[in-house]
Amino acid sequence: MNAIQMTGITKRFGDLVANDNVDFELKAGEIHALLGENGAGKTTLMRILYGLYHADEGDIQVNGRRVSIVSPKDAIHNRIGMVTQHFTLVSTLTVAENLTLGEKGSITINKRTIEQKISDAAEQYGIPVKPDALISSLSVGERQRVEILKALNRNAKVLILDEPTAVLVPQEVDVLFEVLERLRKSGLSVVFISHKLNEVMALCDRISVLRLGKMAGTVVKGETNKTELACMMVGHETFGVKRQGKAPRGKVILRVENLSLRDKKGLDTLRDVSFEVHTGEILGIAGVSGNGQSELTGILSGTIKPTGGQFHLEDRNLTGTEPLQITRAGIGRIAEDRHASLVGELTVAENIALEYLDEFVSHGVLDRKKIHQNAEKLIKEYDIKARPEDRLRTLSGGNMQKVILARTLSREPKFVLASQPTRGLDVGATDYVDHRLLDQRDRGAAVLLLSEDLDEIMSLSDRVAVIYEGQIVGILPIEEVTREKLGLMMCGSIGKQKT
Amino acid sequence: MENIFIVGLLAATLRVATPLIFGTLGELFSERSGVLNLGIEGIMFLGAFVGFTAAKLTGSLWLGLLMAIIAGVIAGLVMALLTVRLGVNQHVSGLGLTLLWTALSLFGFRMIFGEPSVMPSISTFPTISPFEGVPYLGTIFEQRLLTYIAFALIPLVGWIINRTRFGLNIRAVGENPEAADAAGLNVYRIRTQSQMIGGALMAVGGAFLSQAMLGAMSFGIISGRGWVCIALIIFANWKAIGVLWGSLLFGGFFALQLALQATGIKLPYELLMTLPYIVTILALTIAGRNVSVPSALLKPYQRE
Ligand SMILES: Nc1ncnc2c1ncn2[C@@H]1O[C@H](COP(=O)(O)OP(=O)(O)OP(=O)(O)O)[C@@H](O)[C@H]1O
Ligand SMILES: [Mg+2]
Repeated sequence: MNAIQMTGITKRFGDLVANDNVDFELKAGEIHALLGENGAGKTTLMRILYGLYHADEGDIQVNGRRVSIVSPKDAIHNRIGMVTQHFTLVSTLTVAENLTLGEKGSITINKRTIEQKISDAAEQYGIPVKPDALISSLSVGERQRVEILKALNRNAKVLILDEPTAVLVPQEVDVLFEVLERLRKSGLSVVFISHKLNEVMALCDRISVLRLGKMAGTVVKGETNKTELACMMVGHETFGVKRQGKAPRGKVILRVENLSLRDKKGLDTLRDVSFEVHTGEILGIAGVSGNGQSELTGILSGTIKPTGGQFHLEDRNLTGTEPLQITRAGIGRIAEDRHASLVGELTVAENIALEYLDEFVSHGVLDRKKIHQNAEKLIKEYDIKARPEDRLRTLSGGNMQKVILARTLSREPKFVLASQPTRGLDVGATDYVDHRLLDQRDRGAAVLLLSEDLDEIMSLSDRVAVIYEGQIVGILPIEEVTREKLGLMMCGSIGKQKT
Repeated sequence: MENIFIVGLLAATLRVATPLIFGTLGELFSERSGVLNLGIEGIMFLGAFVGFTAAKLTGSLWLGLLMAIIAGVIAGLVMALLTVRLGVNQHVSGLGLTLLWTALSLFGFRMIFGEPSVMPSISTFPTISPFEGVPYLGTIFEQRLLTYIAFALIPLVGWIINRTRFGLNIRAVGENPEAADAAGLNVYRIRTQSQMIGGALMAVGGAFLSQAMLGAMSFGIISGRGWVCIALIIFANWKAIGVLWGSLLFGGFFALQLALQATGIKLPYELLMTLPYIVTILALTIAGRNVSVPSALLKPYQRE
């Protein structure tokens, strides 16, 4: 008997079939990975199990009994808990209040009693939380633990985690894995949605793979390997990109001179940052996040004014100009936070036109037809799985990123500023983005790539700069780069050296 | 002489503040659950009409008040039907309902009383003086039971919102309905209940004007008090205790301009009447900066 048995689940959104006759089973006491590319339908399948979506067809059995789950309430009643990608916590309430929410019980709420109860539960499950803290004051990792505790507190026997590691720093991932191991020992079943093969192989007992809404198969960890899983995910085998040949060094496109930034607290977040990016090259900037990367991209995109230094695009000094001028001048941005550079409530077509609206205006009125045609063309060109009139927020992460790529790269910018362009994307989408960046380089654009992923930096860059505590500690041509060297530079063990 | 002036001022302040407290507390329930109820002006008018008419016809003030409460609950229910169930724009629904309730009340008044040459009237709720005979206090606290209830409601509502499960639910659906839904709460039901409670309180505010202050019904009986409540809720920063300060401030300046009119000051009374509104606007511009508006206010919740 399985803890959960989903049979023949089909879910349509308009014409799109997000889940197509999917079967899924979860055994008691296992950690079961649900793997798949962006948009494969992982979230949709689990939202159906948790009652957030309604399946068009199919049925669900819990412990061998057929049940109808039409709302989270039913799911909770069937002892299913879910931690969604976007946390569902009320940020103005405390941890204890959030955990009490939805419980039946006394009319009044005694803060001390509920806080005590939460501490006890936290101790019992070995999940550290602060009961009296406001959610808004917690880190992402802490919020996630509150979510897990919330589910457990409702006596969940099945815990669904939707891409729990996407938002965590490595140390917090370790904490999470420990928690999950402990829960497995106590007999819980866990569904772990992910597209990171490493994590899946490290943690899970069995792995189910979704591809384009269909179940591609379920395998036991011991009987598979990463290559096979990757192949199941995308339906073909080859992966990994490589730069082709050495770029002939062209003229300087972007010149950054002694950029410095002092924040409100008087801390120097950037110190004398100087480098040049040439046409036809990718300059990678490696570094542990929080060492000045977001400040640097902020300055180069015009949202932050530096306190010292300047930067030129070709011969134009763009220091301190507005984002609009910067885009006009020929800088294309692929921002770190996808959601901040797109508008979820607008359509795909409108989002694509957004940064260049005045080109889609005739006589002061938006030219809808032109916007639509432009979108249709780019959707085909960039292989975006959406229609021009779809609301952007309904797209999967990979497709959102493609919208940004389409918007930015179709303008053929002279300089491309790509920060964390593949964060949260699956292998297929990552592959796609990487190829597009290489295309830019081959076209003759200058590309600045900021990433925490060393593999990405090493496979794409022509030169690699390392940033540490707001300083560029060195710039190496790719031939001289080794993982070890980068690693040491990234933690400040090797000092300044320039080429 | 001066003492009498101030004592009279304070007594009038409490009186003027009473309907505002009811209205604003009603709006507090509504807005903390995520719904801006611009129907407040109309619901207060409806409360004034129903309270007065039922009292006149049955001869019982309390029965009149009960009918006003029922009318308010129904009005809240209608607002909830539009904004919570159907997800209609809250501004449009609220303004539309204000027009509807006002027109319906006037129509009802015509139907029942025709066009009398002498306006029908009732004897008002009696005053209660707990400090009878005590100088000053005796005069200040010569108020109707409803006024005492209004002030007692402020801590009670604060307690309900902050210390009860129901209040926690209201705060949750007003801040993050998705989270509340995921926690297994029925967002629609909680918002509807908040609308009903809110409507009842607003109607009592209106009934106070016709049944306790005027003893009659007139076209201008509410004259924008509902809108003042909308401003006061911002001034109060969506907290019950803030409702106290806001109502006292507005009530105080309203009473002051009344008193100034009575002293025969050489200023057009229209100008004096603007005083409390100007002060409210000024207070808003100062207090309005540090607002903790419920995050889900104005956003209809629809499960995907
Ligand atoms: N509410 C919705 N309305 C319309 N389409 C939707 C909706 N939710 C999901 N979809 C579509 O269904 C498909 C599957 O989406 P889903 O979110 O399940 O993918 P996923 O596997 O979780 O991807 P990711 O790894 O990016 O989270 C996508 O193409 C998505 O655009
Ligand atoms: Mg997903």
